[in-house]
Amino acid sequence: MKGIGKRFPGVVALDNVNLEVYRAEVVALIGENGAGKSTLMKILGGVIEPDSGSLSVAGNEVKIRSPREASESGIEFIHQELSVLDNMDVGANIFLRREPTTAGWLKLVDRKRIYAEADALLQRLGLNFSSRTIVAKLSIAQQQLVEIARSINAGARIIIMDEPSSSLTLTETQRLLEIVGDLKAQGVSIIYISHRLDEVEKIADRVVVLRDGRNVGTLEPREIARERMVRMMVGRDLKDFFVAAERTCNGESDWFTVRNLRTRRYPQHSVSFSVAQGEIMGLAGLVGAGRSEVAQAIFGVEQALESDMILGGKQISIGSPGSAIAQGIYLVPEDRRSSGLVVDFSVSENISLPGLKRYATIGLVNSGKENAKGEEMCRALNIGTPSVTTRVANLSGGNQQKVVLAKWLALSPRVLIFDEPTRGIDVGAKAEIYALMRKLAAQGVSIIAISSEMEEVLGISDRITVMHEGKITGILERPQFSEEAVMHLATGGRA
Amino acid sequence: MKKELGILILLVVLCVIVSIINPNFLQPINLQNLARQIGAFGIFSIGLGLVIITGGIDLSVGSMMALLGVLLSMMLTQWGVNPLLAIAGCAAVAMGLSLLHGVLITRMNMQPFIVTLCGLLFYRGLARFITNDETKGFGSFGGLGSLRFVANGNLFGVPMPFILLIVISLITWVLLHWSVYGRYLFATGRNAEAARYAGINTRRVITVAYVISGALTAVSGIIFAFYTNSVSPANHGNAYELYGIAAAVLGGCSLRGGEGSVVGILIGAALLQVLRNLVNLLGIPSSLDFAVMGAVILIGVMADQFLTERRNRRRVLVMRELARADLGPANPIVADHSGGTGQAS
Repeated sequence: MKGIGKRFPGVVALDNVNLEVYRAEVVALIGENGAGKSTLMKILGGVIEPDSGSLSVAGNEVKIRSPREASESGIEFIHQELSVLDNMDVGANIFLRREPTTAGWLKLVDRKRIYAEADALLQRLGLNFSSRTIVAKLSIAQQQLVEIARSINAGARIIIMDEPSSSLTLTETQRLLEIVGDLKAQGVSIIYISHRLDEVEKIADRVVVLRDGRNVGTLEPREIARERMVRMMVGRDLKDFFVAAERTCNGESDWFTVRNLRTRRYPQHSVSFSVAQGEIMGLAGLVGAGRSEVAQAIFGVEQALESDMILGGKQISIGSPGSAIAQGIYLVPEDRRSSGLVVDFSVSENISLPGLKRYATIGLVNSGKENAKGEEMCRALNIGTPSVTTRVANLSGGNQQKVVLAKWLALSPRVLIFDEPTRGIDVGAKAEIYALMRKLAAQGVSIIAISSEMEEVLGISDRITVMHEGKITGILERPQFSEEAVMHLATGGRA
Repeated sequence: MKKELGILILLVVLCVIVSIINPNFLQPINLQNLARQIGAFGIFSIGLGLVIITGGIDLSVGSMMALLGVLLSMMLTQWGVNPLLAIAGCAAVAMGLSLLHGVLITRMNMQPFIVTLCGLLFYRGLARFITNDETKGFGSFGGLGSLRFVANGNLFGVPMPFILLIVISLITWVLLHWSVYGRYLFATGRNAEAARYAGINTRRVITVAYVISGALTAVSGIIFAFYTNSVSPANHGNAYELYGIAAAVLGGCSLRGGEGSVVGILIGAALLQVLRNLVNLLGIPSSLDFAVMGAVILIGVMADQFLTERRNRRRVLVMRELARADLGPANPIVADHSGGTGQAS
């Protein structure tokens, strides 16, 4: 890709960007959100057209105007959001748009051939499920591998993977990386986009860094190192990244206590823990360990089968998010676009939503008061928005997450639960969110932070509770913090 | 507001065309009659609009009107119920049944289409059964003067249904666009999960919308019963729900929920009645009634789509020009185009 330029309304997304990929090479493309990685890949994948620049594959200049044409040039795009059809079986997905047909005039879909070839392909990738399995029954990781199988079946010479590991567990990620290695050995080139630098370190042959729509540099194999990548991405050093976490717990250690909480997902186990006032308790574990279920049960989104909660010395019972909110227990959910925000509402409408009655007299909303609060929160949290009446859908991920947070800070939090607080947020906004969490803790809020990012959970927590398959397997105090200790407990090891 | 503007222009253009071709359109008697129809159809359309904003639908409206019509007639002429009580009874039946719909939809997680489709069938059958399929009416039954007036009289020449519509519109306008409940309704319609995570009792919000719709159906039902003066249980109110749905959609409600306005629904309801009137006045065979309506709705929605797309394209072009003129640092607010979904890029 040479001299690629792309403008969007109000912003130059790409400015004269170059990218070269050799045969059988893994190139990692990294950069903060908005650096232009996805735009560049969308151009390569035929989703959007560039304003300037040229593309050539194997020495021939090509024009790619649609995903179909990309596919014909041997380029396959595995999107961040899964694009498998989960109501169909694996075979049908792998052969989608290139179904073999039976001989004769009827041209029926040749199912036998689909299943035979698909099974052979799955075996080649070392996957142990049948091509007749309905995709919905597979795990997210397996579904992702089905997408990879589909790309290979399409005869891909270049596979673009956009954040492929963002919803995978550690072991699944390991498996993915192995498969990437296998593909490379078979002569396929991979463009690997990831925020997870440890993966990049492991698999990349070359690292291309973008910042603000420009190339900032390419790292050759011997130069690939985490600090260097971070510095190139953000233009500053890693050590500014985490706010030095001084303990801010000041109140009683069992300010908020949860006892015998049983969730529907793991009815056979119950969890008990407490959080001190002003403490940030990390909740670590692998995906599927039941952490989100605990959060949802505390917040009343999913009724717990059994629970016993004490907040500030008082027994509380929570039957719905409404009653949790009344107690000052708030949740910043994992998926902000589907559960955290009404993205078609404005910034101030989102901020006021949980406490709307405070801005109303005789049931009528006072929008002046509402917008004033919105502006106050935007200033306090440094939310980048042209105005409080802008639709939240138009904000970046980091600013959206700050709006979710503003929603709760506009009320009076006593317990704040974060489920993956910085998922899909760029480095700069991450640092701001961490600083905010620490500030809230200092103000006496008890914080429970669910995180699957090891660095994050070790960096922000005062104490880490680790879960494995619905049980708490251990609680680590600061001196005991280490990746190994957390991993040991998260995989079911004994404390 | 822009969404309503297009349909308003369509309404005005239609009125002008009809009045040029047939000046009788502007005759007071025609306008009075038109206003009466707009009133009667508009009232329940607003209720249906609220339901559509929740992302739901109510197909049972017409059948429920038939049931209410025969019940009203039977209560007044056969059972000798006090008129005020009879009205209250009708409202209670309509609201009770709608409450049931709401509960089935929100508590049992049944689809609104199915629940209200069953209502459509059930209430029609019930109306026919309790009347032995005989037409019920009020004839010249005495003692209903004031009730008749409220439902169907004229106040200073303005038909009561139209006046009722204006009053109800004002109330629902405030409710929908200014009240806490209205905000909750839009939030629930746009994104029920996020609304729930914000502590909104979405089940109650949705159920209340159905109950309001039931109450407005009762008002319209009583108006229609007195207007026709005889209620044939097999036909009364047939397909009226479709007028309501069409009015709401024409007026900018999305069947996906979370979008719509009282003003839009009003204009949509008026447009439909003007169309029916037009078929009449222009001497188009009345058998083509529905065909004309279908065609105009289709064209209207298509034109709206076309204009919206053109507007969006033009906006993109303008912004692109601006971007070209100013290649300064990327605006942090719109810099996230790369992600497309707002997620990590």
